[in-house]
Amino acid sequence: MNLTSCLMLSAALFAIGAYGLVTRRNMIAALMSLELMVNAALINFVAFARFGGGHAAAPDPEAGSLFALFAVAVTAAEMALALAIVIAVHRQRRHLDIRDLDGMHG
Amino acid sequence: MGDSTVIGPLGENMGLIGYGILAFPLLSFLINGLWLGRKSPRASAWTAAALMGLTLALAVLLANAYRGIVLANPGAFPARAALLWEHTWMSFGLGTDSVLAAKAGFLLDPISVMMVFVISCISFLVHVYSIGYMHDDKSAGRFFPLLSFFTFAMLGMVVSGNLIQTFFFWELVGVASYLLIGFWYAKPSAVAASKKAFILTRLADAFFLIGMLVVGISAGGFGFDRLNSPEAAAALNHTVGAGFLTFNLLTVGTLGIYMGAWGKSAMFPFHVWLPDAMEGPTPVSSLIHSATMVVAGVFLTARLFPLFSAAAHTLRVVECTGAFTAVFAAAIACTQTDLKRILAFSTLSQLGLMMFALGTGAGAYPASMFHIFTHAFFKCLLFLSAGVVIHAIHSNDVRDAGGMRKALPRTYWATLIAVLAISGIWPFSGFFSKEEILHAAFASGHYGAFLAGLCTSGLTAFYMSRYFFLVFHGTRGFHGAYAGSAAAGAAGHGGKDPDAHAHPVREGLLMTLPILILAVPSALIGYFSKGFFMRAVLPSGSGTAEAGGEALAHGGAAWLPAVATVLALTGVAVSWYWYGMKKNGPAFPNGKAPAWYRILSNKFYIDELYLFLAKRVGARLVAAPAAWVERRIVNGAFDWVTGAIKRMAFVQSLAQSGQVQLYIAVALLGLYLLSRFAGLAF
Repeated sequence: MNLTSCLMLSAALFAIGAYGLVTRRNMIAALMSLELMVNAALINFVAFARFGGGHAAAPDPEAGSLFALFAVAVTAAEMALALAIVIAVHRQRRHLDIRDLDGMHG
Repeated sequence: MGDSTVIGPLGENMGLIGYGILAFPLLSFLINGLWLGRKSPRASAWTAAALMGLTLALAVLLANAYRGIVLANPGAFPARAALLWEHTWMSFGLGTDSVLAAKAGFLLDPISVMMVFVISCISFLVHVYSIGYMHDDKSAGRFFPLLSFFTFAMLGMVVSGNLIQTFFFWELVGVASYLLIGFWYAKPSAVAASKKAFILTRLADAFFLIGMLVVGISAGGFGFDRLNSPEAAAALNHTVGAGFLTFNLLTVGTLGIYMGAWGKSAMFPFHVWLPDAMEGPTPVSSLIHSATMVVAGVFLTARLFPLFSAAAHTLRVVECTGAFTAVFAAAIACTQTDLKRILAFSTLSQLGLMMFALGTGAGAYPASMFHIFTHAFFKCLLFLSAGVVIHAIHSNDVRDAGGMRKALPRTYWATLIAVLAISGIWPFSGFFSKEEILHAAFASGHYGAFLAGLCTSGLTAFYMSRYFFLVFHGTRGFHGAYAGSAAAGAAGHGGKDPDAHAHPVREGLLMTLPILILAVPSALIGYFSKGFFMRAVLPSGSGTAEAGGEALAHGGAAWLPAVATVLALTGVAVSWYWYGMKKNGPAFPNGKAPAWYRILSNKFYIDELYLFLAKRVGARLVAAPAAWVERRIVNGAFDWVTGAIKRMAFVQSLAQSGQVQLYIAVALLGLYLLSRFAGLAF
């Protein structure tokens, strides 16, 4: 296990997440895809903290993990908010199809 | 004025007097305009009058201090001028001494002190009179703040020490007169008159502004001490331009400034606004005609007199316009039937006298200022008494008056004094100032202007006594059928009140008191102040009082006063024959007025000519094509541009589908492209 494989994993997760976010019609599925993208970024944090050690840019391996932990907490809070919105939308519309939610059209 | 001294030897208290003189009228404007006028018109009237009384008291103090400190000290003040204070309001570029520094100052010199006294005195009396005059007017609460503001503007104009401040207050005077002439804004003729006055004077002021900038920038400053110095005239006196389009900067600059004075003082052909300005309330006419507004033009010409006298052409123009207007207006006044219009044309004629006096040179300068001074009192009196008559008969037409002698005895006697004064009968005030003007014009060899002045004297005596006989003698309304009336139909027939005869005629104390007070200076002030004017009121830069006095020892033609008096008496006698004794004007064959009479009573058809020029020539040749260009080309271009922007925006809005996932995809694509162009490997 080395830095490159970690980054490959992260890139794959990010791509899958982006694909899902753009193509899934269900709002919850899109949110899950979004979560994948966020986690891809977090893996990068941890990977650089683990393998980039001894570098002038990352003198302390634990700091990167700590950032990742904070980010996980913040993302969890965001997701709670997002799910609340999803519930509100569902109550109003009785469905969760993103393509039908086009209130921003010009 | 090269030695203007700021405060120093004058002491701080005098500076305070200067602030007070400007602050009290402004205070009256603010208090009454913002608050008291709406709350209680009566209280606002008394407050305004009280504040003007304070201003008058300060003006007297100022004049006294000026005499005691400046005039008594020719060593310290060789030019008899001192700056009480001066603040730099804003300056452009080079610090406080830069050419374009706008300063606000309080200049003391003979004419500014004289004008401050005249303005505050007249304005106070007019305020008091207005309390009575506006008693039944619902909009009196709006009247007094404006009247005070008018006074403030004029005071600020006369005490100005530089051309920029003069111009500011000059425009304020214009605005105030516009608001007051159109005071009864529900009356279409009043609105038309106020617009006429404002637009005509604004037209002239545009030239004033150009002239002011030419003169100020070339002379290197706008202060009067600078502009009136010989160096300024020398700096200006050179020719610019090329080919056939060459002109002298001094001539062009001073002519431009004089154009402003020309419009403000309503010299021919700008005179048309002044008779129409009668649409305002009578106290306003009184103020406009005696102390504010129209006198501003003569004052400005006098203020810049040393500069003007370096420009021979300009001085010539001043003389010609003045002399022509004097005779022209006096001739028209002989046939008018509107009380206030007669007086308005008389003002035009008297302004012409003052103006041409300035045009004849330095010798007539004190005489011209002297005439402003005496004229202010008797003209104010005449207007105020005309107001009493109008109040009494509810009409502006002399043919509805008559026999007022018994009904309005106090007004009758006061008016008699003013009529004698304006006609130049010894020993009333007008005699002295008019005689000085004629003397100076004769002594300086301007015989044309001198003859115009003599003519004017005779005509003045004629039309003023005609006015007097028509209004006060005979019996009520008996003039209605006199021969001339048929021709005068066009000459503004005041609104007749069918019940006029039912109203009791009365002289209120508040209205007669100012008139009676004014009768005193109208009678006596000429005799008592002649010495002061001849000794102290000299164009700045003419050296000490003694030297100036020598310059004024003109070849005293002893026959002159005699000739002028005989002419005046002839005028009175002719008008007595036509209007006093026979009571029905000149008898024309077969009852029809001849052509010359109709031309006079229609004011030489100048108004009609202007209307023709404006409606036919102006509207068709200028306004109509301009409107087409405006509508089709200017507005069309704008419409096209806005339409194009709207269409483009519509096309762009098609991209906004509202599909969030599309937006995300585009954002990701953008991120990709960005990273590619940023040189990152992907």
